[in-house]
Amino acid sequence: MFEKLRVKTKVIDSGASGLDTQTLEVNVGPQHPSTHGVFRMTMVLDGEVVKSLRPVMGYLHRNHEQIAENITYSASMPYTDRLDYFNSMSNNQAWAMTVEQLAEVEIPDRAEYIRVIMSELTRLVNHVSVIGFLLNDMGAFFTPTLFAFREREKILDVFEAVSGSRMMCNYLRFGGVNRDLTDEQLGQIKVIVADFPAFLDEFETLLAQNEIVCMRTQNVGVLPAELAINASVTGPMLRASGVNYDIRKVDQYSVYDRFEFKIPLGEKGDVYDRYYVRMLEMRESLKILNQALEQIEPGPFMAPKVPACLKNPRNFKPPVGEAYCRIEAPKGELGFYVVSDGSKEPWRYHVRAPSFINLTVLEAMCIGYKLADAIVILGSIDIVLGEVDR
Amino acid sequence: MFFGWGILRGMNITLMNFFRSYTRKRGSGEIGALTTVQYPEERLPVKEKFRNFPFLIYDDKPEDLRCVACDICAQDCPPRCIYIVKDTDEAGKPMKKPAVFDIDFTVCMNCGICEEVCPFDAIFMDHEFEIADADRHDKLLYHRDDLLKTNEHFHKIRPNDGREVDARLAEAKEAKAKKDEARQKAAEAKAAAKAKAEAEQAKEGEPPEEKKETDAQ
Repeated sequence: MFEKLRVKTKVIDSGASGLDTQTLEVNVGPQHPSTHGVFRMTMVLDGEVVKSLRPVMGYLHRNHEQIAENITYSASMPYTDRLDYFNSMSNNQAWAMTVEQLAEVEIPDRAEYIRVIMSELTRLVNHVSVIGFLLNDMGAFFTPTLFAFREREKILDVFEAVSGSRMMCNYLRFGGVNRDLTDEQLGQIKVIVADFPAFLDEFETLLAQNEIVCMRTQNVGVLPAELAINASVTGPMLRASGVNYDIRKVDQYSVYDRFEFKIPLGEKGDVYDRYYVRMLEMRESLKILNQALEQIEPGPFMAPKVPACLKNPRNFKPPVGEAYCRIEAPKGELGFYVVSDGSKEPWRYHVRAPSFINLTVLEAMCIGYKLADAIVILGSIDIVLGEVDR
Repeated sequence: MFFGWGILRGMNITLMNFFRSYTRKRGSGEIGALTTVQYPEERLPVKEKFRNFPFLIYDDKPEDLRCVACDICAQDCPPRCIYIVKDTDEAGKPMKKPAVFDIDFTVCMNCGICEEVCPFDAIFMDHEFEIADADRHDKLLYHRDDLLKTNEHFHKIRPNDGREVDARLAEAKEAKAKKDEARQKAAEAKAAAKAKAEAEQAKEGEPPEEKKETDAQ
């Protein structure tokens, strides 16, 4: 691995120069190319240094939870695609697992493997895009993004062949998946997985040791481990701060206990660590994919024996009760909380969206750094406004 | 290494990619090979499972479409973009076909649930994606006649699914024919039995009838 190039940076305090200064309030967003959607930051600046930052969200609010409380359980599935639209397969998985927990459905092995394959492919899609966009925010204008998109396209082709849609997959069903993976598609995935490491090497050489990138990202936006834990930050952001917490290992949901993989950790919790942890996580995902593709066996892709209430998904009425199920989505802990009163619609439906909760530490990370650093720090959090605003 | 080595290495990657885009075959999947096509002139093949907007299928004549206006798709549609009114005959009795079948394509989110829940294989997702229009109200509100497409069209865009659906429909038809036949046979047998019973009864009842006749005489 590359050794990190640490460059000392100093936070400049313009007040120390003895000049009479004034603070300035600046709005970044909601229409700003670097805010990754309709996100607004109200910053108070002293010169270029951020003194305070207030995130303003809700421009993409579309009543997701309320809508879900007024439609059937199965009709919510396509809506979950639109939460974090980069990772519709993981969102589907979290929702399907929640309802399966509520209705106590056993899922056949093949379906579990298909879900794991899809969700790890999704992680690759998410991480290559977020790294591309992060470097884009730093001024490496669209070269890394398009490199990333070239690879992402191959995976999206598989998604399209399997589910019918590139991004809004709507592929998983309660008790399994919508349709089986053919051998041809499995072969296609194997080719992608075999080719991916070469691309990752290239992608890493492109900018991981680039002096400008190192200066812009190292020691910038440091998130201490304690703050990260207290703010319940999850996902690559938490692991970049050095906390070993991955729900795939902690809960061992689905069939993750059958795979051998490591959890990459950062040391400092700066932007560079968050960038590099994602790079390493992709390599671990490839390991999981290789093992899953080896272990997958033919069999039913839908649960042959489902509870009576799930025989007809149109009139699915789960038993009275509540369920919370979480998965390690590419952005962090994605959880669905659902309360059933025995009717066709959930009585309460709540999404624990990782990018929304990871966003809460934005101010703590930005204070004392420059405006241009705040853009990079925001990029390293990896937010998707579809999920933040819901 | 000296300061700037990382930048030079990165630039080497972009330079290699630049040259490879000329030397490697487009679409071969190798690193550096071009993957894009010149869209309106060149097109990538559409995947069979690709789904976009729904259409209604009919077999021979546009009048006898498979849809029976059961309203299941309209009720299961997550954004509720389907609107169906049942047709009625002259006497005002509801018939098994839709008088109005509207789909608002501005609302439809291409999830494919209508296709999944339809018990009559009457609605399927199309491959048509070039339907953009400047008018956002009337042009994208598709009525029954705009949505109608033939079974041949379905076979053209999704040959495997087309065969599967046709086989399923043929099987259902056969089963129905068998059932009908059995029912008819049963009815015939019942009718025969009834006729026999009646005949027997009539035989038994003959004397009184004769008597009646004689009485009448």
